[in-house]
Amino acid sequence: MAEQQPILQMQGIHKRFPGVVALNDAQLRLFPGEVHALMGQNGAGKSTLIKVLTGVESCDAGSITLAGKPIRAESVLEAQALGISTVYQEVNLCLNLSVAENIFIGRFPMSRFGIDWKTLQTKAMAALAALNVDIDVTLPLSSYPVAIQQMAAIARALSTDAQVLILDEPTSSLDEDEVGRLFDALRRLKARGIAILFVTHFLDQTYAISDRITVLRNGEFEGEYAAAELPRIQLISKMVGRDIDEAAFARQAGAEIAPAEDEAPFLAARGLGKLGSMRPIDLDIRAGQVLGLGGLLGSGRTETARMIFGIDRPDSGSTQIKGASVNLHSPRKAIREGLAFCSEDRKTEGIVAELSIRENIILALQARRGVFRFLSVRQQRVIADEYIKQLGIKTSDSEKPIGQLSGGNQQKALLARWLATEPKMLILDEPTRGIDVAAKLEIMDLVKAQCRKGLAILFISSEMSEVLRVSDRIAVLRDRQKIGEIAGNDADEPGIFRMIAGGEA
Amino acid sequence: MNIQACLRHRLFWPCATLLLLCLINFAFNPNFFDIEIKNGALYGSVIDILNRAAPVMLVALGMTLVIATRGIDVSVGATVAISGAVVAVMIGGTLAIQDGVQTYVANYPMPLAMLVAVLVALLCGLWNGALVSGVGMQPIIATLILMVAGRGVAQLITEGQIVTIYYEPFFFIGNGFLFGIPFSLYIVAAVLGLLLVLTQKTALGLFIQAVGLNPTSARFSGISARALVLWVYGFCGVTAGIAGLIVTSNVKSADGNNAGLGMELDAILAVALGGTSLDGGRFSLMGTVIGALIIQTLTYAIYSLGVPPEVNLVVKAVVVFTVCLIQSEKFRSMMFTSKQRVEDKS
Repeated sequence: MAEQQPILQMQGIHKRFPGVVALNDAQLRLFPGEVHALMGQNGAGKSTLIKVLTGVESCDAGSITLAGKPIRAESVLEAQALGISTVYQEVNLCLNLSVAENIFIGRFPMSRFGIDWKTLQTKAMAALAALNVDIDVTLPLSSYPVAIQQMAAIARALSTDAQVLILDEPTSSLDEDEVGRLFDALRRLKARGIAILFVTHFLDQTYAISDRITVLRNGEFEGEYAAAELPRIQLISKMVGRDIDEAAFARQAGAEIAPAEDEAPFLAARGLGKLGSMRPIDLDIRAGQVLGLGGLLGSGRTETARMIFGIDRPDSGSTQIKGASVNLHSPRKAIREGLAFCSEDRKTEGIVAELSIRENIILALQARRGVFRFLSVRQQRVIADEYIKQLGIKTSDSEKPIGQLSGGNQQKALLARWLATEPKMLILDEPTRGIDVAAKLEIMDLVKAQCRKGLAILFISSEMSEVLRVSDRIAVLRDRQKIGEIAGNDADEPGIFRMIAGGEA
Repeated sequence: MNIQACLRHRLFWPCATLLLLCLINFAFNPNFFDIEIKNGALYGSVIDILNRAAPVMLVALGMTLVIATRGIDVSVGATVAISGAVVAVMIGGTLAIQDGVQTYVANYPMPLAMLVAVLVALLCGLWNGALVSGVGMQPIIATLILMVAGRGVAQLITEGQIVTIYYEPFFFIGNGFLFGIPFSLYIVAAVLGLLLVLTQKTALGLFIQAVGLNPTSARFSGISARALVLWVYGFCGVTAGIAGLIVTSNVKSADGNNAGLGMELDAILAVALGGTSLDGGRFSLMGTVIGALIIQTLTYAIYSLGVPPEVNLVVKAVVVFTVCLIQSEKFRSMMFTSKQRVEDKS
């Protein structure tokens, strides 16, 4: 590969925003026919580098060459014309238009009588066939799952004769199966000589698909490595900028004294189910224990959490709290019974972006107290500052809108919102999604610390290794039903996947 | 530093606009700020503007909360008409001889009539609230129903006639003075005071903002968003009902067709001028009051400057458009940065 010329080279890229240096002498090389992972913590400058490359932002200094010629794209359209296409994290297509229309929007093939729908459809089918996707392209995009939508977005990006394809967190809303299909498609593209830049937080995926890795840290170029020669732990150390204690990655559960199993669980669900959403499920969640929900995306993990928390009303089964039968018909009622729920969708179900960190933290506590037992602003500030300190939320001021915090800090603030209500049981649905490695570890530590204080925790994550690391027991779900439960000590990743695949239990 | 803080205050631009409009009035009419005392009551242009703005201020205060929950209520004008019709029919006034003197007496006791009118307005508001929060209808569609149907209801109550009120004590509401100040202003002050206490000394303000900004996370945090929205619409109905009493008392009659006509638009405009985003969330009650005063002062200016009636709506529109532009932070920063760029180049 040494003698091969890079198709794209970025050198000495500097970019300042008011108050911060986003990029300081950053660089990046892409070779044709490779998948290149761009890694770094939140705020390392990955997004800015991509924005500079695709013409969303202009850089203050530095050079970009494409196939040997210097380029400087002023807009996304210009970058596209040059052969650099981008697929963004959130699929930004029109859900109400057909798949074909989405792929060729703005570039419809024309005939004498206007848009040539026949050609449009054949071209769209061909574009998707290149990715090994065979669907009816005349249906609206909304009738397909997110993975197919992602494929359409990629097909759209490629249909502009791209030489360089940038994928920004393309897998964050896909399940393992869908990720596999996406990777198959990427391998085909690779074979066609397209250079692919892949941005992700998932280490597994980085290693599954990438040939080389560029690491950014604090806006600076840390290094470029061949994926095969960079062990995982080292990659993390390079991203974080310090040596990672390997033990932190080892199992943390199990070390504590397991609570007596004969003691009544804090919450017991019996035959809890909802037609069309989740088949009846039994769960026991004990004080001081973490119960993990393992399973693939769409196996009913979130549905289970929502039923328990009273967001979706189950149509069968019953719930008991400390042995007494309760009807959790609304989140309000569930909160009053001592439950708390960190939703998987931080942005639309968690934070109130425009409100301050203080207001976000005390929201659930105030809701529980009601309209008239108002916490004065001074009391609110005391509570908020206490949790900001305790959880290590990085902010200058509790009056800042929470939307300005990074993802990890938002997640901590949401954790604070729930801890402020002094819950007995905490449901965590994907608490580490879209968060960098260091913040992930911190959040997991916070969770374990709370658990040691006697909190019952229901833990959901699509990263099986994470579930294994924190859970005392794991309930395994498949196809919207529970297929078994195992003790955390006895479980390992392949074992659970075998269970899901149906080889066991 | 202080000036900077002042400039950034959210009420700065509404206040500046109001002041500017007053100064324009003053330039063309040097007596604009004069206030004289006649029969123990204050008279003058400023008092007149305040008095006339009272109904819109009331309606706009209710509207502010509705808009803060990311809703809108276009039925308030019709609610004003319904409340007016109820109170007019219930009070009416028949000629009777009392102690040998001819006087008008009310059909029902006046306090009862007013209470019933406000309760009916509350029902109107709750109906809207039920459609929005219970049925899940789009607020503009839900309230459009009552906007159209409400006029019909008002006319049914008055049997298609304009009902004239002859009972004198009722005129005090809209035309009377207490300690020299128009009585209607006391009503506005009371409602404003109540709302300020409720939104600042209880969690109501926080909950309304949370529901307006992100209803899902508000619900997941344990706020009963549905009940909140229901009662916010109900309250908006009440403020419209009270405004209906004032309007009816002002003109001493109830006209199902024209009472409160277009008031919903003035109220929404007042809210917008006051700096509350129509996307819901952060709201300013004081801003809304100032917004209503801006509208009334502008109307006053247009009449007193002698703008020909056929163009006065256009003039109003142009002024409102300009005010909205000036108040838009995006517009201001756009103007500011483009100016800066020009300076950089030169």
